[in-house]
Amino acid sequence: MADGSILLIQVLNGVQYGLLLFLVASGLTLIFGIMGVINLAHGSFYMMGAYIAFSLTELLGNFWLAILIGIPLSVAIGLGLELLLFRRLYRRDHLYQVLLTYGLILIMEEMRSLLVGDDVHGIAIPALFDVSIRLTDTLSYPVYRLLMSAICLVMAGLMALVIQRTRFGMTIRAGADNREMVELLGIDIGLVYRIVFAAGVALAAFAGMIAAPVASVYPGMGNQILIVSFVVVVIGGIGSVKGAFLGSLLIGLADTFGQVLAPQAAGMTVYMLMAGVLLWRPAGLFGRA
Amino acid sequence: MASPTPIPRALLLIGLAALALYPIAGDVFYVQLFAKIMIFAIFAMSLDLLVGFTGLISFGHAAFFGLGAYTLMVLSPEYTAASLWLSLPLAVAVAAMAALIIGALVLRTSGVYFIMVTLAFAQMLYYFAVQSKVLGGSDGAYIYVKPDAAILGWRPFDLGNRVHFYYLVLALMIGTYALLRTVLRSLFGRVILGIRANEQRMRALGYPVFRYKLAAFALAGGLAGLAGYLEAAQYGYVNPEFFGWQESGSVLMMVILGGIGSLFGPILGAFALTLLQDFLSDEAIFHGFHKHWLLPMGIFIILAVLLLPRGIGGFALGLGRRAPEIADD
Amino acid sequence: MTEPILRVSGLSKQFGGLAAVSDVSLELRRGEVHAVIGPNGAGKTTLINMLSGDLAPSAGAIRFEDREIAGLSADRIARLGIGRSYQKVNIFPDFTLLENCRLAAQARLPSSLRFFRPALDHAALIEGATRALRLVGLEAPWDRLAGRVSHGEQRQLEIAMTLATEPKVLLLDEPLAGMGAEESQRMVALIARLAESHAVLLVEHDMDAVFSVARLLTVMVNGRVLERGAPIAIRESPAVQQAYLGTAEPDS
Repeated sequence: MADGSILLIQVLNGVQYGLLLFLVASGLTLIFGIMGVINLAHGSFYMMGAYIAFSLTELLGNFWLAILIGIPLSVAIGLGLELLLFRRLYRRDHLYQVLLTYGLILIMEEMRSLLVGDDVHGIAIPALFDVSIRLTDTLSYPVYRLLMSAICLVMAGLMALVIQRTRFGMTIRAGADNREMVELLGIDIGLVYRIVFAAGVALAAFAGMIAAPVASVYPGMGNQILIVSFVVVVIGGIGSVKGAFLGSLLIGLADTFGQVLAPQAAGMTVYMLMAGVLLWRPAGLFGRA
Repeated sequence: MASPTPIPRALLLIGLAALALYPIAGDVFYVQLFAKIMIFAIFAMSLDLLVGFTGLISFGHAAFFGLGAYTLMVLSPEYTAASLWLSLPLAVAVAAMAALIIGALVLRTSGVYFIMVTLAFAQMLYYFAVQSKVLGGSDGAYIYVKPDAAILGWRPFDLGNRVHFYYLVLALMIGTYALLRTVLRSLFGRVILGIRANEQRMRALGYPVFRYKLAAFALAGGLAGLAGYLEAAQYGYVNPEFFGWQESGSVLMMVILGGIGSLFGPILGAFALTLLQDFLSDEAIFHGFHKHWLLPMGIFIILAVLLLPRGIGGFALGLGRRAPEIADD
Repeated sequence: MTEPILRVSGLSKQFGGLAAVSDVSLELRRGEVHAVIGPNGAGKTTLINMLSGDLAPSAGAIRFEDREIAGLSADRIARLGIGRSYQKVNIFPDFTLLENCRLAAQARLPSSLRFFRPALDHAALIEGATRALRLVGLEAPWDRLAGRVSHGEQRQLEIAMTLATEPKVLLLDEPLAGMGAEESQRMVALIARLAESHAVLLVEHDMDAVFSVARLLTVMVNGRVLERGAPIAIRESPAVQQAYLGTAEPDS
């Protein structure tokens, strides 16, 4: 039965990674789907969240308090960036969006370097959750990881609720489908954009915050997750939150199992999966060609 | 119809003359720096073929740059020099073949998907290089001896000599420019320009668009491999960062900032960006802050995008998004 | 009566629950203009899109010469000899008039994977382009930018490009849209000339033009063929008049 529990652990790890990835990738896919903006700096928001969590935890001594303050802080930063930069990108060529958000990555990396330095940091798992739960006689699993998955699932549920059941969600779905039409209907599309963008930033930052105790806080963490998020969006289809969810889980599991089953190809499984999906569906699983 | 402005031509020729004459009296440090810039100019021109002339925004062009570099490394075991005449064409061929294969996959996508997918493939190669013991892993590997230019015992030049290397790179840069100019004037070039202008109409006219995009992708990949080969030869060192997205981002910046739709735009972009980087990271000028040169660089990029919609080349020479001067010849 | 060069049978297109085109059949013959008319939303553009390969049919067959072409890609269909002009001008605005047509003519070559000889050296292509330009009545100089000429001239260019590919069948999608009286007359004369050596399918709202140049009319309503016949018969048909609610289509 040892095999079974190891399998279970890998599945739990894969799902946890996938769910975390979903928080980041969903923001990315919405920002592209609704506003038509390709945001290379999205990974930097993840990093920003992690470093905010670290700094505030150091300052305040409490991880949850840090998150509580960190989220509105991230939203504020997101709104500020939207005002300053992103709103100029809505009608631009992809080329300029790529360039501008690339410049933003550089700036955010250096700001972090100046403000917090380049060291790798860790955040202690909050004592209450720093335990492991018994799965079988021989194997136990960290409760904090289960908590992370639970939180991400709740967030996913909330998103699904908002998107499927509220008027605002309807506007989002319509906007992803046909931006011009939504504008012509007289809806203040600027407000919609602002909210979606701020939400995207907040989600990515939040993901960085809750992942920090487990994944540690280090320069370059944003870049890694950005690229994998791109793969998720490509697999799932641009603008599709459902696709992002499915894609994230697929990637999470593929990466986790890939590392265990074929360590030589570790890191590459994700791309091979992407290549496979693209051969079959060039617009992603739920994307529109 | 205005003929292509003669002023830029004159400027170009002056610049070329300056480049050709510099090593005679110039500082060795700058000889090396300019050689590096010209290598990037080749890299940038190859990407411009895709971005500026075919309308394909690739964020993974470093994949082919890296392949050219690693090919040289593989062909230069321990203390033996690879033959320039064998290793260089081979590096270009390897890069072009890889571009053919990767292109066959990624060109099935378009728009944002294409951008992301090209990035992802370059990342795949990055991870492959990091994992690979043979290739030196994340530390990379050294090329102890520069490629040997000997043909049947006669050595026309020595790549270990900085000035010789400089002239080789200059010749290759001019050659790349000439090749691309010829290709863009050819039947193939017209198709490429047409695809960028109105891909749907090209299909409606009867063009099987995919194969032309693939050919452009392979050509661009091969030239990027050439640049990678030269970069590896210059510094005698390769590492997985050659495949990295910062590399892809850098060269894309050079193309965009230099001005798309012209061939010397990327050359200008390569000079501007590298010299800027060199300036910003100069310890003597910026003291403690020089380590954070990416910050002013990032700000510069953002300002340039917001204020100069047509890039430096476009701004300086009044080129718009019109068909480039080649069309009017 | 000559053999039909294009035979459409039972062509349909569904968009989800909406049947844009249902069970449409028609034939095109060389030497005649077959016009397709109908109120807005009748499915005329969808029909043309299926014939040109811009849309794949949900059902039905399209036979061109001896070959089944339904569902083939737009570029294959174009290469087989079916040319199409667009309702919304679909040219290369940044290229010259000559280059627009030269590029179109070049599409006829078996392969453009030629990298070294300058395109302008291929004299045959330039001849083909100038021939097409003259045919539609576009005057030299042809090195004017396509984006800068008048709307009427752009429409002429639109047709010239299609002609430069030397098609056997011409699918003309509202070529008179947005044209003044004089330009329209010239265009109608052009269409009549072209019909002598091509099979022409004309989708149009301008009834005067249609009645003066078409040999056969197919009336479409709600995606289906309502009636087919000679212009006079159609004009008198009560069913057709009813479909148009008794009002003549306004000249565009």
